[in-house]
Amino acid sequence: MEEWLYIQTEVYPALMKGFWVSLQLILPSSILGLFIGIMIGVLRVYGSRPAMAAANTYVALFRGVPLVVQLFIWYFGLPYIKIYLSPFIAAVLGFSLCSGAYHSEYVRGALLSIRRGQMLAAQSLGFTKVQMIFSIILPQAIRRALPGCGNEIIYLIKYSSLAYMITCIELTGQGKILASNSFKYTEIFLIIGACYLAMTSVASLVLNRVEDRLRLPGFEHHRI
Amino acid sequence: MPTPILRIENVSKRYGKKDVLKGVSLTVNKGDLKILIGPSGAGKSTLLQCINFLVKPDEGRIWLDGQEVHYAHKRDLYAYRQKVGMIFQDFNLFDHLNALENVRIGMVKVRGMGNPEAKERAVMELERVGLREHMYKYPAQLSGGQKQRVSIARALAMDPKVMLLDEPTSALDPELIGEVHSVIRDLGNNGMTMIMATHQIGFASSLANEIIFMEDGRILERGTPEMIFCHAENARTREFCSKITELYGETR
Amino acid sequence: MPESVIAIGDALPYLLEGSLVTLIVVVGAMVLGLVLGVPLAAAQVYGPPVLRRLIGLYVWFFRGIPLLVFLFLFYFGLCTALDVNLSAFTVAIIVLGLISSAYQSQIFRGAILSLPEGQFKAARALGMSDLKAICFIVLPQALRLSIPGWSNEYSIILKDSAVTYALGVAEIMARAHFVATRTYQQLPLYLAAGVIFLILTYAGTKGLRLLEEKVRIPGYSPQGF
Ligand SMILES: Nc1ncnc2c1ncn2[C@@H]1O[C@H](COP(=O)(O)OP(=O)(O)OP(=O)(O)O)[C@@H](O)[C@H]1O
Ligand SMILES: [Mg+2]
Repeated sequence: MEEWLYIQTEVYPALMKGFWVSLQLILPSSILGLFIGIMIGVLRVYGSRPAMAAANTYVALFRGVPLVVQLFIWYFGLPYIKIYLSPFIAAVLGFSLCSGAYHSEYVRGALLSIRRGQMLAAQSLGFTKVQMIFSIILPQAIRRALPGCGNEIIYLIKYSSLAYMITCIELTGQGKILASNSFKYTEIFLIIGACYLAMTSVASLVLNRVEDRLRLPGFEHHRI
Repeated sequence: MPTPILRIENVSKRYGKKDVLKGVSLTVNKGDLKILIGPSGAGKSTLLQCINFLVKPDEGRIWLDGQEVHYAHKRDLYAYRQKVGMIFQDFNLFDHLNALENVRIGMVKVRGMGNPEAKERAVMELERVGLREHMYKYPAQLSGGQKQRVSIARALAMDPKVMLLDEPTSALDPELIGEVHSVIRDLGNNGMTMIMATHQIGFASSLANEIIFMEDGRILERGTPEMIFCHAENARTREFCSKITELYGETR
Repeated sequence: MPESVIAIGDALPYLLEGSLVTLIVVVGAMVLGLVLGVPLAAAQVYGPPVLRRLIGLYVWFFRGIPLLVFLFLFYFGLCTALDVNLSAFTVAIIVLGLISSAYQSQIFRGAILSLPEGQFKAARALGMSDLKAICFIVLPQALRLSIPGWSNEYSIILKDSAVTYALGVAEIMARAHFVATRTYQQLPLYLAAGVIFLILTYAGTKGLRLLEEKVRIPGYSPQGF
């Protein structure tokens, strides 16, 4: 009985609060990350030489350095040069920049998989380069990049737990506090794990739905 | 009095050390159907793509309707390409759009037409090539002949003044060639100006008003179908024509 | 800025020692992941339906929960509950290894499935048992095909290993943070840690690419045509 009371009055409200913060971290970061990924992916394929080099460097750096290190740089490092970010902003910034670099890999691969004929046909109709990229190439490329980008979003959900390490108290952080107070580490972290499992499972279901919705007859077959 | 609509002067193109086009000149009058023939690697595709600036020629000038085209000037280039339709050997339908959307997208994005108007026109063009009932199918659901007809409809929807066709039937199974040919024939009968590369000389000689024989980046000989196929002056032309008649002669 | 240079210079041996710890954790986790992942993959492809289901569940579980949560669960929770005394270092290897086994099993599974069916049939036609066919014919081919996925896995575990700092494993990140808070040279030290990780990532990926070339079977392509 006492247990139940504890869960009702302590655990549940704390976890709901943490869950809410997690969502607030995940949603903007995944949207911003996807946006960055598409832009960087486009630059890496169609950009001018310097733009391409800059984009490639960005990706190499952000994919080569652990997210924890990146978060530490944004939150604990930047004050060194007098830039102060709140834990929340630092986390969203870190997540978006990092996942953008990963997204861009899939976007780039997908862009390169679009056949040259598609571009010739668009040009022969008088499309400008920008029109061609946005109405012919990206709609095809995004469909091909979707499975990879979806995976990346699932990763982001899990990595959102790292926000705790820069003192942004989300689901994992709330769990840690609860557990340290009650010493019920196993129970609390099993519950937290279940929450994440639910989030990742729902996300992957939704992403599969989206993929199905965007699927075009025969489109995935003639990859070259 | 024939009115010249497209004039090409001295177009040259090289890839690395190889001269693919060596100064090709051509004048096309309104309503003409010119057929390009020649062995593989002669430069037919390159010439057609140069005319549309899909490949940038190294030298040469092009006039449409008496106006010189300055391809470095982007806006001129896009406007010019609208007026020159291009049909590819491998169709190049937009893979993510159904037949109707394929025909419509150019009108909407390039000509700035409204959606309903563009749709109406697209349906009309698809009807013209006999594909009204297939308009909601995606490229992967269409046969080769149907794809090529959609691509013709897509080009026609831009109201081109000239059409360039690069072996429009050579990727098709023999039994599908006829349906595409009949669409092209209709176009010709309605006065469309066309330049077409093809090996289907039966079809070519029944329709063309000039056959142009290309080899090694040059125009070697040109004349009426009768002149080229029966009384060619150049030995290479005769040799090529007899070889190709053997292969494709009967198909019309 | 010279202060920061001095700080990095002073900390460098300490950080490099940390990269040794990092590498041991990574290699340990990868080996554990491999040892568990290969049988899991084989069982998921060739095993009875119940087993396949169970393995599917295992994979879903370990891929659906954040590393940090697993680390806390194992180190603070299970170790105490089960009364086993494991160091943070050991727990880090076990947890990273278990998670990696789930990912690695899917890499191997993909590789096995991409092999032409004829390979397995031909082995059985020679009179091999299923187990022998898997061990001597299927796996040697599948493992070669898995190297690109494996090299990807390396760079993921390497980066994930920085999270074990949360348990106090004395790897690169923990040491960088330790020095940073004492010298107030946060940015330079975290950047230095970043550079070390960058080097380890690219060196490892390069090494695995060399391995891939080395074990390549002449004229062999993944589709087996
Ligand atoms: N992008 C390119 N880079 C280098 N060489 C090229 C390129 N495109 C074409 N060529 C070369 O130019 C020559 C002419 O090619 P083109 O495609 O115009 O010939 P074609 O007459 O259309 O032949 P086919 O009947 O085979 O279509 C060929 O020798 C070809 O190898
Ligand atoms: Mg050609």
